[in-house]
Amino acid sequence: MDRMLQIEGLTKQFGSFTAVDNISFSVNRGEVLGFLGPNGAGKTTAMRMVTGFLTPTSGTAYVGGHDVTTAPLEVKRRIGYLPEGAPLYEDMTPSELLAFISDVRGLSGAVKREAISTAASRINIEHVMHQAIGTLSKGYKRRVGIAQAILHDPEILILDEPTDGLDPNQKHEVRKLINEMAKDKVIVISTHLLDEVDTVCSRAIVIARGKIVADGTPADLESRSELHNAVTLRLAAAQSEKAKGAIEAVAGVDRVVEAASEGDFANFTAYPKNGQVVVDQVSAALKTAEIDVLEIQAERGRLDEVFRRITTGA
Amino acid sequence: MGTSWAISKRELRAYFTTPLAYVFIVIFLALNGVTAFYFGGLFDRGQADMQPLFGFLPWLYLFLIPAVAMRLWAEERKAGTLELLMTLPVSTFNAVFGKFLAAWIFSGIALALTFPVWVTVNYLGDPDNGVIIASYLGGFLMAGSYLAIGGFVSSMTRNQVIAFVIGAAVIFLFMMSGLELVQSAFRGWAPELVVDLVRSFSFLVHYDAVIRGVIDIRDMIFFVSIIGVFLFATMVVVDLKKGA
Repeated sequence: MDRMLQIEGLTKQFGSFTAVDNISFSVNRGEVLGFLGPNGAGKTTAMRMVTGFLTPTSGTAYVGGHDVTTAPLEVKRRIGYLPEGAPLYEDMTPSELLAFISDVRGLSGAVKREAISTAASRINIEHVMHQAIGTLSKGYKRRVGIAQAILHDPEILILDEPTDGLDPNQKHEVRKLINEMAKDKVIVISTHLLDEVDTVCSRAIVIARGKIVADGTPADLESRSELHNAVTLRLAAAQSEKAKGAIEAVAGVDRVVEAASEGDFANFTAYPKNGQVVVDQVSAALKTAEIDVLEIQAERGRLDEVFRRITTGA
Repeated sequence: MGTSWAISKRELRAYFTTPLAYVFIVIFLALNGVTAFYFGGLFDRGQADMQPLFGFLPWLYLFLIPAVAMRLWAEERKAGTLELLMTLPVSTFNAVFGKFLAAWIFSGIALALTFPVWVTVNYLGDPDNGVIIASYLGGFLMAGSYLAIGGFVSSMTRNQVIAFVIGAAVIFLFMMSGLELVQSAFRGWAPELVVDLVRSFSFLVHYDAVIRGVIDIRDMIFFVSIIGVFLFATMVVVDLKKGA
C-alpha cells in the first residue's frame, strides 16, 4: 500500500467553467509533491475535492484505498489538511482549537494532551497557546493552521500554500518541518513560490487551466528550461568581443547573449544546442584564446522560466 | 454522536466567549419582563400563573431566535471555517445536529433563566405548576423548531442579515398559518382539507394548546417533526453546496 494517494480523472465544473479538467496522478509514501500553477489554475479546487470539501463532477480520489466520494469519513481520518488562507475559529485560543480538533478526531486523555503538545512544539506556537487566534499575526495563524493539520499525525498531509504570509525565518522552519515529516508520509503542498519547490519537493506537478502540464522532479522541470546547461561568464569588458567570437566558435554552442555590462565587466550567457553540456568546451576555448575569465558557471535551468513557458503556453 | 457533542461544546463556548450570549440573555429577559408585567399585566390580573409570559414568548422568539440561528452556517461560510469543519471526519448529520443542539441548549438556558418569575408566582399564590412545566416544555420545543428553520435558512447563504430576515419571515408564516388572517385567504377557494392542513402547520395553534396545559402527544410530535424536517433539509443544503 505504498501508493497512498491516487487521483483518477478528477474533474470539477462550475456551470460551464471547468476548474479542474480530468487530472490523474498518484503519490507514494515518502514523496513531497509540489502542486504548482498560476492563481486560478485549479490547485485549490483539486485539493478541496481530495479532502472531501467539494464533490467532484466526475472522477475520484483514493486515500489508502478509500474512495473519497463513497467513504469520505475514512478519507478525512487519514488526511491532515490546511485549507487555503488557513481559516480558523478566531474567537478560540490555539489550545482550545487543538482540543476541539482532538475531540472531533477521537483523541482523548493522555493521547490528546500528547498530540497537542507535540504539534505545538513542532510548529513553535507554545507561547501563544492561550491568546485568541483573532489577535495573532498572520504568520502565527498560518502555523496554528498547520498545527491542527499535523495533530493526529496523518498519513497524508495536504497543505494549501503553507508558507504564505510567513517571514523568511518562519518559511525556513516550516520547510524544515515538512522535510522532517516527509519520510513516512505523503505530503502535497500547493505553492507558487518556485524556490519552495526546489527546497522541499521531491516531485512537482504543474497545472494550468485545470490540466496537468508537467509532472516530474524539480530537476526534470529545470532541464526543460532553455537555460539548462547554459554557461554564464563574467570577464573584463575589454576582452568581450574577442571572447564572444571564441565562444561562438565552440561546436555545441547555439548562441551567445551579452547581458548588460557593468562598468569594466561584461556578462555573457552561452546557450547550448539541444541542452548539451558545453561548459568544458567553452572554458577550453577561452583558455586557448588567452582570455581571463572572472566567473564561469553552468546553469541548471530556471524553474520560473519553465513555469512561465508551460503555464502560458508561450 | 461523540463528534456532534464536540461540535456542540465548541459552539456553546463560542456563544459565551463572545458578547453574543450575554447580550441575548439580557435582552431576552428584559423583554420578557416588559411584555409579561407591562403588557401582560402579570401582577394586575390577580392570577397566579405565567400565562402573560408564555403568551408573548412566540413573538419574542420571532425575532430573537433568528438572531441566534442566522450565524449557525452563514458565519462559517463567510469566515471559511466551514472548510476546516467539513474536512474533519464529521458526518453531515453530526455537524448539522451538533450545531443545532448547541443553539437549542443555549436558548434553553435563556428560557430557564426566567425561573424567578416562576418562584414569584409560587410565593404569591398557588399556581398550577403542571401547566407551567408544560409551558416551559412547549416554549423549549418551539424555540427548537424556530432554530431548525433559522438554521436551514442560514445554511443557504453566507450573509447573516439575509439569514436573519428570511428566517424571521419563514417563521412568521408558520406562526400565522393558524390565524384568521391566513385562514380566510384559503377558505374562499381551497377545500376544507387544505385549510385544515395549513392550520395544522401553525406554531401558535400547537403552542397555545400546550401552554393551556393540554399536553397532547400530537402537539409534541408536531414540534419534533418540524425540527426533524428542517434539520434534514439543512443536511441536504450543506451536502448540495459541496457540489457547487
